[in-house]
Amino acid sequence: MFRLPSFPLYATLADKLGWWAVRALCVAVLAFLLAPILVMVPLSFSESSFLAYPIHGWSLKWYQNLFESPEWARATRNSFIVAPAATLIATVLGTLAAVGLSRADFRFKGLLMGILIAPMVVPIIVVGVATYLYFAPLGLADSYLGLIVVHAALGAPFVLTTVLATLAGFNHNLVRASLSLGETPLNTFFRITLPVIAPGVISGAMFAFATSFDEVVVTLFLAGADQSTLPRQMFNGIRENISPTIAAVATLLILFTTSLLLALEWLRGRRA
Amino acid sequence: MQATLAHPHAIAPEGSPPGALRQALARAESRRKWRAFALTLPLLVFLLLTLLVPIAALLQRAVENPEVANALPATMRALDGWDRKDAPGAPAYAALVQDLARLPDSSDAGALARRLNTEVPGARSLIMGAYRALPVAGTPEAIRAQLLDKDPRWADAPLWQAIAKNGARWTPDYLLASVDLQRDALGHIERMPEEQRAFGGILLRTFHISLVVTLVCLLLGYPLAWWLATLPARPANVLMILVLVPFWTSILVRVAAWIVLLQSEGLVNRGLMGLGVIEQPLALLFNRTGVVIAMVHILLPFMILPLYSVMKSVPPTYLRAAVSLGSSPVAAFFRVYVPQTYPGIGAGALLVFILAIGYYVTPALLGGADDQMLSYYIARYTNVEVNWGMACALGALLLAATLVLYGVYRRFGKAELSLG
Repeated sequence: MFRLPSFPLYATLADKLGWWAVRALCVAVLAFLLAPILVMVPLSFSESSFLAYPIHGWSLKWYQNLFESPEWARATRNSFIVAPAATLIATVLGTLAAVGLSRADFRFKGLLMGILIAPMVVPIIVVGVATYLYFAPLGLADSYLGLIVVHAALGAPFVLTTVLATLAGFNHNLVRASLSLGETPLNTFFRITLPVIAPGVISGAMFAFATSFDEVVVTLFLAGADQSTLPRQMFNGIRENISPTIAAVATLLILFTTSLLLALEWLRGRRA
Repeated sequence: MQATLAHPHAIAPEGSPPGALRQALARAESRRKWRAFALTLPLLVFLLLTLLVPIAALLQRAVENPEVANALPATMRALDGWDRKDAPGAPAYAALVQDLARLPDSSDAGALARRLNTEVPGARSLIMGAYRALPVAGTPEAIRAQLLDKDPRWADAPLWQAIAKNGARWTPDYLLASVDLQRDALGHIERMPEEQRAFGGILLRTFHISLVVTLVCLLLGYPLAWWLATLPARPANVLMILVLVPFWTSILVRVAAWIVLLQSEGLVNRGLMGLGVIEQPLALLFNRTGVVIAMVHILLPFMILPLYSVMKSVPPTYLRAAVSLGSSPVAAFFRVYVPQTYPGIGAGALLVFILAIGYYVTPALLGGADDQMLSYYIARYTNVEVNWGMACALGALLLAATLVLYGVYRRFGKAELSLG
């Protein structure tokens, strides 16, 4: 990857310099992408209560602070209530719809697809305000249910598109064979189709999970203090007084999402 | 589908002629289509109930104007035929008092007063004063005299003009205001007075920040995507993970990281001062610079991914052919390679721009008062000003801009929004 290039004989000095300039820019861009994230990790182990370098002493007190704080505990619990519930709804509904869309061509299919992936396109602030104004009179604002269903709606298009992509390479003869051998459609789905498309379903579910897990704008509008999630707690923390506790949360979140991503890459390898 | 509708009970018995067989096939085919459609129904209904109906309600609220029409039906009748120039005649005053007396609840009077106050400053105290003074009885002239006695501003035309203008259940006013237009007292559309024009500037600022972010993303993302696309699969995948890690990292983590980096004692300022580039720490935070840097960081992967997927499909032989035919590598790159990546540039740029115009969290946490984008004002009119008509009109504007851009994005062919 990093071996020296073998320039063709006709390459001029300017060409070679240009090549190196582009590589340098690329490395700089990669550093720009990664460095800010890595910067947070050491600070979370710093003794000082200032979020600044250089670090003079090391301590785990910010993690202790984090684990003993009732607000962060509640936010963590809420995140792990809302995100899995939203993921479950999004995955079931999204997979069903993807199977339906891949099975037959019908009129208005393009329009239907457009409607089903609309949540990906609508600006999140519009979703936040619209659901807040609509759900509040119904008693769904400041409730887990309201938050879960909106997060599920935001995540479902990711499941739909991921599963559709997986189904594009699915051999429908397997289903025909199973049906012609007398298996019921339901059993065929669970014993033939689902195992084959499982990597797609799981990566779609992970997208839905990440969508809910990182969502803050709808949560700001729709959740009461009792339903505050990790991102919302971070939003408040950053706005009021950014402390090393935020760095500790950030470090844990980086660990968590990186492992999600690596799992996803592994699944993609299996799917391909 | 048509065959089914024409012959709902068509069945093909054994040994039947081909016509009936065709019908049976068509019937089976249409059944299959209906079953496939039925599988999409749960998600469709779910999205309708959770998202699409609320958004439709938001759009409706952007043009809805129920307060005056609900509260003052008799007044509206009394104002019929009024020339809207000077204060109306005594019957209008009597009708107003009559309407106020009929309101079921003081909160209805409050809603009316708030609504009129957004049009005419001071209207709130006038309306609430009249409401508290109830009952007011007597001939229309006596009622008019009593109101004027309480507050001489009741003789002012603008209040009555505002009532007359807002008597209709539907209004274009919020939408007009979102682009700095208004209706004058007689209902003609005109530009707002200079000092009241706010939203045009906000809109312009939103587009300006988004455009700068898009251009920077393109400038930084294009070379990197190109490099990744020319590498063999294994190293390309490893480097791609380095792009995907920030993509997956929580936006709030990244915003926090930029606050740490860009503060005056932060690594960026210390580094620049250590290198002797600057004497004093630069102000990089809570201004436009910080917002743009963080937004570029967050949106860059959305540029790189579509560029990369288009570049993967460009045959490298074309570039070699151009060079072997005597073109200089630089000229070949710009005249042969870049044009083939236009679909990727278009898709990436539109995607980044669409996402950028809806941004809320990053400017809210990293920007100053002059860096807030459209979303901030939508949130502000919802929570702080409690002017939901205006919030919904701005939301409708943002939604319309996004959908138009998304329509253009879809025209770029196969580019479905896919982040996988």
